Amino acid sequence: MQTIPDDITRHSRHSLTAGLGDTLRAEFCKLRSVRSTYWTLFAALAFNVTFAAVEAIFLPGRLSEHDKATLDGVRVSLGGSHLSQIAFSVLGVLFIASEYTTGMIRVTLAAVPRRRLVLTAKVTVFAATAVVAGIAVSFIAYFVFQGLLRGENLRSSIGDPGVVRALIGGGLYLAVLGLLGLGLGAIIRASAGAIAALFSLLFVPQVLVQLLPDSWKTAIGPYVPMEAGSQIFSQHREAGALSPWVGFAVFSLYAGIAVIIAFVLIDRRDA
Amino acid sequence: MIEATGLSKRYGETVAVDDLSFIVPPGQVTGFLGPNGSGKSTTMRMIIGLDSPTAGVVTVNGRRYGEYIRPLLQVGALLDARAIHGGRSAYNHLLWLALSNGIARRRVDEVLDQVGLRSVATKRVGGFSLGMSQRLGIAAAMLGNPSILVFDEPVNGLDPEGVLWFRTLIKSLASQGRTVLLSSHLMSEMAITADRFIIIGRGRLIAQTSVEELLARGDGGFVLVRSSQASALAAMLKNRGATVECQTDGTLRVTAMTTETVGAIAADIAIVLMELSAHSPSLEATYMQLTGDSVEYRTSDGASASDER
Repeated sequence: MQTIPDDITRHSRHSLTAGLGDTLRAEFCKLRSVRSTYWTLFAALAFNVTFAAVEAIFLPGRLSEHDKATLDGVRVSLGGSHLSQIAFSVLGVLFIASEYTTGMIRVTLAAVPRRRLVLTAKVTVFAATAVVAGIAVSFIAYFVFQGLLRGENLRSSIGDPGVVRALIGGGLYLAVLGLLGLGLGAIIRASAGAIAALFSLLFVPQVLVQLLPDSWKTAIGPYVPMEAGSQIFSQHREAGALSPWVGFAVFSLYAGIAVIIAFVLIDRRDA
Repeated sequence: MIEATGLSKRYGETVAVDDLSFIVPPGQVTGFLGPNGSGKSTTMRMIIGLDSPTAGVVTVNGRRYGEYIRPLLQVGALLDARAIHGGRSAYNHLLWLALSNGIARRRVDEVLDQVGLRSVATKRVGGFSLGMSQRLGIAAAMLGNPSILVFDEPVNGLDPEGVLWFRTLIKSLASQGRTVLLSSHLMSEMAITADRFIIIGRGRLIAQTSVEELLARGDGGFVLVRSSQASALAAMLKNRGATVECQTDGTLRVTAMTTETVGAIAADIAIVLMELSAHSPSLEATYMQLTGDSVEYRTSDGASASDER
């Protein structure tokens, strides 16, 4: 039995990326070989399409003059994202936390001892999958909404300024939220705990901000995660809100911090 | 070859592994023994880089595990057969493992055949029995055709046929020149499977030796005698230098004397023997004797608790 010199990190010229291709293939295989992936993505699609259809059919009849002037049709058509974000973030959490919960992480880390490579591959595979799925879900919801809409209120065309950006943004929002879940899952290392932390981070600031004095509310309000992130799926910018891309950058920062903490911790802790 | 030098692991105040040095040579099956909580699993986790040692180093084929880009080609390990995602099929579980180390897909089919799981390859592993999970774990360990194999309690949950299959398998793996490290609580199984032993207690090395040397270190055997005139015989045997213990069932447990001598003495004084038998030392007895001081979890009647973790 001989050792194979090519397989030694120290002797490789590409030691940082060596094995990345293998690890990406392995992580993609994991993602597509469990049912929960298909269930959560199907749930996201169902939430968005159902919401879009219900709004298209019932909302126009209930619109006040004020609503007609202020409501953003694209944002309304993506209203289901408030539900499908739960599916995406749970998928992100499960992608890594289920390995800790079942103990399979020890098999993973024995196969790929460079742990940051594992996390890099997980983040990459998840981000790519979630961006594609998220954008698809957003476009489908938009076309369902526009297709079922009666009358001219809330109507827009795919060619109108800001519409394509908002639809792609809706997909990016879902993907980044999933990455936040993935980061929290890697930090907390238990599915239930990570999901609880994720929802606290999303909904608690949203509620707390409402209790603050008005001056604080205007200062802090736009920066809480969901408020900042959701600007990207409006066609028009709301008064007092961050611009779509600035808001999205703030939102991405939350996920980025979680993922960076995960990168620091994964090398320091015993598996 | 696995080589540990001054290996230590502390969790806060608790010392799990304490300055442990040993060598697991190729071409043999090495049994890894020790009471519960003695540090076997921690040591095995350090071998495959899951826990990092507080001090010391352990190498596999001359390098630390973490230095290998494709470690499954060097070391195959089965530490916990239940530590798999229950929603994935056996085939897909092995497939992602193969992909992670650039191993050809045909190896997945080969190892599934080898462990006899071909017919359930597409079934989700959540429905597997413990024995089937063990077989899947053994398949995963063999996937990269590694020169080193590490198994923690591998026959746990296997049926008698499975135990025999596994024993034959690892003996053949060792005879091909591979290094095999195997932990088990089943002393009788270890006695017929392992060629040599590493015994630890409270994280320290107690013995590192071949089966023969290990047995020689124990008390040696004893002679069992049954007679209607036990007390008279006992007095005479003691007189002639034997150590005699009268047991509750009326038999005599004689050490430091052969069956021949006991028989001759009995004949001399015309005592009738109903039974005279030699008992060689068992691995289990020797093991108990060596680890007697280092058992961590002991029940009040003196027997050690047997449930792991």
